[in-house]
Amino acid sequence: MDKPIYRKPIYREGNASYNDSTLHYIRQAAEHGLYEIRGLGAKRQLPTFDDLTFLTASASRYPLEGYREKCDTKTVLGTRFAKNPIELDIPITIAGMSFGALTANVKDALGRAATIMGTSTTTGDGGMTPEERESSKQLVYQCLPSRYGFNPDDLRKANAIEMVIGQGAKPGGGGMLLGQKISPRVAQMRTLPEGVDQRSACRHPDWTGSDDLTIKVNELRELTDWEVPIYIKVGATRVKNDVKLAVAAGADVVVVDGMQGGTAATQQVFIENTGIPTLAALRQAVEALEEIDMLGQVQLIISGGIRTGADVAKALAMGADAVSVGQAMLMALGCNSPTYFQDGKEIDASEGYARLNTAAGYCHHCHTGQCPVGIATQTPELEQRLDPDWGARRVKNYLQTLNMELTTLARACGKSNVHNLEREDLAALTIEAAAMAGIPLAGTNWVPGEGL
Amino acid sequence: MAALENKHFDLGAGSVRDLNQFLHKELPASGIKHIEIENPDGQHSIAVGLDAPVEIDILGHAGYFIGGMNKEANITVHGNVGWSVAENIMSGSVRVKGNASECVGASGHGGLVVIEGDASSRCGISMKGCDIVVGGSVGHMSAFMAQAGHLVVCGDADPGLGDSLYEAVIYVRGEIRGLGADAQIEEMSEQDLSTVQALLQQAGFDYDPKTFKRVGSARQLYHWNADAHQEY
Ligand code: SF4
Repeated sequence: MDKPIYRKPIYREGNASYNDSTLHYIRQAAEHGLYEIRGLGAKRQLPTFDDLTFLTASASRYPLEGYREKCDTKTVLGTRFAKNPIELDIPITIAGMSFGALTANVKDALGRAATIMGTSTTTGDGGMTPEERESSKQLVYQCLPSRYGFNPDDLRKANAIEMVIGQGAKPGGGGMLLGQKISPRVAQMRTLPEGVDQRSACRHPDWTGSDDLTIKVNELRELTDWEVPIYIKVGATRVKNDVKLAVAAGADVVVVDGMQGGTAATQQVFIENTGIPTLAALRQAVEALEEIDMLGQVQLIISGGIRTGADVAKALAMGADAVSVGQAMLMALGCNSPTYFQDGKEIDASEGYARLNTAAGYCHHCHTGQCPVGIATQTPELEQRLDPDWGARRVKNYLQTLNMELTTLARACGKSNVHNLEREDLAALTIEAAAMAGIPLAGTNWVPGEGL
Repeated sequence: MAALENKHFDLGAGSVRDLNQFLHKELPASGIKHIEIENPDGQHSIAVGLDAPVEIDILGHAGYFIGGMNKEANITVHGNVGWSVAENIMSGSVRVKGNASECVGASGHGGLVVIEGDASSRCGISMKGCDIVVGGSVGHMSAFMAQAGHLVVCGDADPGLGDSLYEAVIYVRGEIRGLGADAQIEEMSEQDLSTVQALLQQAGFDYDPKTFKRVGSARQLYHWNADAHQEY
């Protein structure tokens, strides 16, 4: 009789340094000799607004009735110099995302939903499409380093101008749009050869330092006869200095985009390894405005990983005047969803994800232009997968939910206006969040670093 | 020209803001054909955002962003200018009788920019279809990332010329002191000769087009390629 074969049990000792994703990264690098480009924002674990909680009313504070009593959400942006500040019904705006990265249908859906909800939407690196101008009552026109499609006629049609210095996903880096997405229309709008791998500039062509920026902002004011607000957007790195410089340059509104902010295509190394978390960025931005006595005179918009009504409420309590949402809007439209809706039918999208070597829930392949749900593409067949009517309804519902959650929390804190939410209404749940947000750790008066 | 068709504007007395508002709001329906702007004194953003066929003479030196985003107007500066003259020009023309500082015609989409003297660095940066003619020399990194249009340099060009060029074309009569990444010297075709001839004529320079060299894009940076120079 044969001796029984003895097999040792396989022991799999985890390796934190060379885990699945590191192994995948090294194999990709070895195979391609190029850095990985992808879409969306930082995926790593970071301190977020989830690490804060509200100290809602109780015996020492008086709540408002959650469903009845009025809680104002009106938000005015650009009161410093502009003759016509932007008046919004809700403090939740739609972030700049380009036609090119997204389809014209998506831009149209975002515009329509924003208009129904009384908020603004924003152009992107590729100019203003007639569709989005038509559908958006309040449209913010970005002035980007590339200046693709930037022109005085659209400038005069804008309700505000956003001078983009940087973006949370890639502060200090330029955008990209790979050849697959440079369709004839995109190429024409950007004055580029069709199919070229487009690398956007990271510096503006006509100014460099902050003194020049002051003169540039003045030119934009002169171009628009001081009528519309001028925002300055920065990616969150040296936030205190940058916010102060933006104010010194004459901004009506400063937009700070944290590390979790999204992109349609950038080097992964940028997305995961640059900038500071939105939570920390917001605290520093508010402090910067306080230090120069500009809080309330220059409005502050925070963006980068805002997903829920609670996120919005916490951002406002920490001192933001409004938030801006990008990625989550795409998710409301079906990004990373297992299905899409076409001609009234729900259709399985798993094959589309599989073709990109990914699955619903894990996709960050906006750069490929092969979006399985018809959002980040310029391919006519894929574009059909997003019906703009259906999309507009989804985005409207999502904005409405965020706003209801915001007012519910504000009322519970006893506030009849969401802008009255304050830092004192918050406590931190982790030491990191307490340190970054400057909010006491729950159950203590302790803010790490304070008093040092 | 009838008196009503002419207007003087004294920037020593009125502000740039008043001037620009007049140019945007009142000029188009006024029938005015010619405006003289006195005492510019190096001020910025003079005559930006024009959208009317008018002749404008700026009598003296001016600052940054002169004639920015111009459409249709023909603007002449009788002096030197600071940075980014005629930035994002769409049509019409901007002429500088003296020298220009950096970023002449930055991201200009159309129209003509003429610098009779020298232009500093990054002349024609990011240009998207405008034409620029420089009577003298240009500084470093001129036509950086230029996408479309023509840059004609009658003098010399400093290093880094045409770095990361797309489809814009550069013509240089003098010395090229160094090309940027992906720029290359190419043969002058008949088409090039007539393009240069026409642009020189419009700009008012009398040089033989045959004395110009052509610089275009080698198009090596158009696509990601692991085996190409890793200059991404
Ligand atoms: S589903 Fe589409 S929009 Fe979402 S990450 Fe994938 S490619 Fe981008």
